[in-house]
Amino acid sequence: MAKTFPKGGVHPSENKISAGKAIEVLALPKIVSIPISQHIGAPASPVVEKGDKIKVGTLIAKSSGFVSANIYSSVSGTVAKIDNVMDSSGYKRTSVIINVEGDEWEESIERSTNIQKQINLNSEEIINKILEAGIVGLGGATFPTHVKLSLPKGKKADVLIINGVECEPYLTSDHQLMMEKGDELIIGTKILMKALNVDKAIIGIENNKPDAIKYMQKLADNRLGIEIVKLKVQYPQGGEKQLIKACIKREVPSGGLPIDVGTVVHNVGTVYAVYEAVQKNKPLFERIVTVTGKSLVRPSNFLVRIGTSVRQLIEAAGGLPEDTGKVISGGPMMGKALNTIDIPVTKGTSGILIINKKEAKRYEIQNCIRCAKCVSVCPMGLEPYLLMQHAEKSDWEMLEKERALDCMECGSCSYTCPSKRPLLDYIRLGKSNIMRIKREKQK
Amino acid sequence: MSTNFFTLAHSPHDYSDSSVKKIMYGVILAMIPALAVSIYYFGLGAIKVTLIAVVSALIFEWLIQKFLIKGKTTVFDGSAIITGMLLAFNVPSNLPWWIIIIGSLVAIGIGKMSFGGLGNNPFNPALVGRVFMLISFPVQMTSWPKISILNFSGIDAETGATPLAIIKEGLAKGDKFSDLMSNLPTSYSDMFLGQMGGSLGEISAAAIILGGLYMLFRKIITWHTPVAMIGSIAIFTGILYGINPEQYADPCFHILTGGVLLGAIFMATDMVTSPMTGKGMLIFGVGIGVITVLIRVFGVYPEGVSFAILIMNAFVPLINKGFKPKRFGEKINSKQ
Repeated sequence: MAKTFPKGGVHPSENKISAGKAIEVLALPKIVSIPISQHIGAPASPVVEKGDKIKVGTLIAKSSGFVSANIYSSVSGTVAKIDNVMDSSGYKRTSVIINVEGDEWEESIERSTNIQKQINLNSEEIINKILEAGIVGLGGATFPTHVKLSLPKGKKADVLIINGVECEPYLTSDHQLMMEKGDELIIGTKILMKALNVDKAIIGIENNKPDAIKYMQKLADNRLGIEIVKLKVQYPQGGEKQLIKACIKREVPSGGLPIDVGTVVHNVGTVYAVYEAVQKNKPLFERIVTVTGKSLVRPSNFLVRIGTSVRQLIEAAGGLPEDTGKVISGGPMMGKALNTIDIPVTKGTSGILIINKKEAKRYEIQNCIRCAKCVSVCPMGLEPYLLMQHAEKSDWEMLEKERALDCMECGSCSYTCPSKRPLLDYIRLGKSNIMRIKREKQK
Repeated sequence: MSTNFFTLAHSPHDYSDSSVKKIMYGVILAMIPALAVSIYYFGLGAIKVTLIAVVSALIFEWLIQKFLIKGKTTVFDGSAIITGMLLAFNVPSNLPWWIIIIGSLVAIGIGKMSFGGLGNNPFNPALVGRVFMLISFPVQMTSWPKISILNFSGIDAETGATPLAIIKEGLAKGDKFSDLMSNLPTSYSDMFLGQMGGSLGEISAAAIILGGLYMLFRKIITWHTPVAMIGSIAIFTGILYGINPEQYADPCFHILTGGVLLGAIFMATDMVTSPMTGKGMLIFGVGIGVITVLIRVFGVYPEGVSFAILIMNAFVPLINKGFKPKRFGEKINSKQ
């Protein structure tokens, strides 16, 4: 029996139209703009200046705190300028703009595709390597990976969970990665197990990817300690708390972290980046991005250098369709709608989804008929209809009491609402106001 | 380079295909078997009553929206049809047309629109209309025509009391339940299929259960309310029957007669007026069951389902406050 989390969840149309498309290396861009803030935490501080000659894998911005991450150049060439460029958030952020000349890599990077099995570093060295390589959570949250691995005093992990769920509809980058880089993922998992000092790891995969489950099972077979767990398709199973509950039946406390129940979760994309950093000395400067959409000519999975324009990705996938209504960075459930495609791919860009004009339209809002569907699908056990009522009345205090901050914005409530009420919009409004009040109180 | 304007909106960007209309028409479809049975047994009368109730409900909703609320019309969302049909299901098939229209006005006007329309009414509109008619026109509301098969002559058959009323009266006089039952023209299997006197939609348990299963399958209703309500009626009347089988009717009789199944499956499950969580629905259902039995056994009226549901409707906000869903991560948090 496939496992899943017990409370809530929805099953949107999977639409994995780019599934099985081999990872293609996208042509080198002519120019890249690499934002210095691609992660949660403090922006990195630039260490290059206009006119500097740099190579692929040269450090261009240095981590500026514990929760921060190094940024490396994804191309070789000359720094054209350091300027404010719009990123997927819609805001202009400081970016390093580089004119691409050739493709010269730093000598320290091992470029062969040989699989390096032997793990030579110890736990501390591994974490340092990951910190140095600027690795962040590639599932989309972009939380610096070394922070997750540096356990707080007194806390101990006993199992590592690898997220191969890819519960967002449309996206296939993680699936394809498992199919093509399975050996590396197993080694990456071993590396993380060593870093965390645990002897058990679980790779959770939903059973809409039977080929990946079979393949990973075969690879994990002769390696003790790594178990592949088959999960029932259920959104949002890729949510950290839901995945932990599904795999090991432990419930992360409200406001707590996975380590509170003795586990750490990493995405398969992150695991691959860890393998490359530790075994190949390669910092994080490229990632796999799914470019997809029903009216796109050729939906694909690309290996993309960070800083490449989204426009180039869409053109490589056959160009922007006539009936484009929305362009989304990420999947349809939690992704961000973009107002321009002239933004750079960053560490957190898991996919680019094109939605046609008809599907981009929201439906007319009707009265709440109190059907309780939102309550039954909320994986956090909240009452979205009630949160929206409080938010409409600007009653932020009640919102906090009803645990609005537990909401992870998975969107199941808005998805399922028969009256098409913008539940999540109002909950977000509520959350941001609760946070504002908290900040004001601290002052 | 062409300029593209993209739609900007927060996630999610995908929506399920459920809609208010689909839910409402699903309920209507689920009521068709019960309607068919009542047409089979009550003939023209059933058609007349249903048509008058549905059409008048639609007209009243449209008029109120157009001239009083001056808002957008939602007549076609199906909810007014449901109210009309349920209203018809809850009255005898020989009810004069003008009483139905008054009931419909009360149901839609007071029961639903005065609170702001669909979704805002605390009480089930059809029951508001029904109880209003029952109190205002007790004679017409409690003289049921005897069933005949496919009677389209338009001539009303002779009237008679429902099994529930016959038994209640008999028990009050001190007759034994077993004697009363053997004098009833209808057996339990007749009652299950619908061969007995009563309101339009309540006679056939089989047809109602069929509709209920369809709504369960479509996930329009959940099992909680019907199971809790019917279960509590069975247990409560079972205890009474166990104490004195000659003085009290058995559970099977209570469940198959009157409006228990119609109420449990079509009216207590009304989304708008029932609680939001499974736990809440269980409490709600048990409340209805207990009040129904209290009214039937100890009250003046032979039937208490309508009153019981309306009374419990009033407790829904309180139930919602008291029975929250289990929050993720709460238990562990409070332990620390």
